[in-house]
Amino acid sequence: MHEGAVAQSLLSIISAEAKQQNAKPLAARISCGSLNGINAEALNFAFEAISKGTMCEGLKLAIEQKPIRAKCKKCDYTFTFELHEPTCDRCQSDDFELLPDAPLMLEEIEFEDD
Amino acid sequence: MRKVKVEKKILIANAEYAEQNSRFLAERKLPCLNVISSPGSGKTTILAKTIEGLKGKVRIGVIEGDIQTDIDARRILAAGAAAVQINTDGACHLSAAQVHNALQQLPVNELDLVFIENVGNLVCPSAFELGETAKVAVLSVPEGDDKPAKYPAIFARARALLINKIDLLGAVDFDIEKAEADVLKLNKGIRIFPVSAKTEEGMSNWYDWLYELTQNKRR
Repeated sequence: MHEGAVAQSLLSIISAEAKQQNAKPLAARISCGSLNGINAEALNFAFEAISKGTMCEGLKLAIEQKPIRAKCKKCDYTFTFELHEPTCDRCQSDDFELLPDAPLMLEEIEFEDD
Repeated sequence: MRKVKVEKKILIANAEYAEQNSRFLAERKLPCLNVISSPGSGKTTILAKTIEGLKGKVRIGVIEGDIQTDIDARRILAAGAAAVQINTDGACHLSAAQVHNALQQLPVNELDLVFIENVGNLVCPSAFELGETAKVAVLSVPEGDDKPAKYPAIFARARALLINKIDLLGAVDFDIEKAEADVLKLNKGIRIFPVSAKTEEGMSNWYDWLYELTQNKRR
């Protein structure tokens, strides 16, 4: 729901990179923790709206959702947290600590060949 | 086509401000709670009652986030606490930069506790760190007992949960045991306070918890 703010930051980072590369950006891949609440469709829609008339117009965004990780307080094991079955993979304990969500990252940009 | 690795944090500006806020609060040993809920769950009523309930024991300042108007800040001021209003003009969450500016306007050296009342929204605010000490979620009985299962992010991250409007428990279908069990499945360490800010039922447990929080910080 806050894709507008994310799109704005993305546009400024991608524009700066594009200037440096002196090439038109065609696509970008971003990653984020799945508790970030970022929806790919809404983000592409927001980006399309604010990138009109800029060198980023037409750029396609792909989003990779990273799983939530948790650390078991009983056996110290780090595991992927599943909402439908939130227990430790190793000892099945339900006493765990959620690790910080993966931040929203711009991983990679694809540029047009010169 | 050629690919270029970037590996940059997109919300780096927010993360940097959050880090600054966190340091600012830690230097002053000032706990700060980011209160997150749907619109209409009773956040402002809870805060106004809390300010009155802890009068003389805990000096409270409030950063009020709203899309428009200063209605909530005026309610907080009327309750006798310092308040700073932030209008987000449509944005669905508070940003760390806005909280940074608001902290400069609060008389922080004369406070024991700061509340940030986030914009009423159960989704977005939980994705934006503000530099707070902890998050507090509020869920009100009329919203339904399925909210922890449907919006897990905030319930998984909060240190405390107030289940508000328990005076309506008989009037609507809300299974408080189911709601509590769903929350505990996500977050075993969370403290849950069933309260009615209106009738003040259960509020003294919440006040005690806050009082403890300010004492622990000062030791």
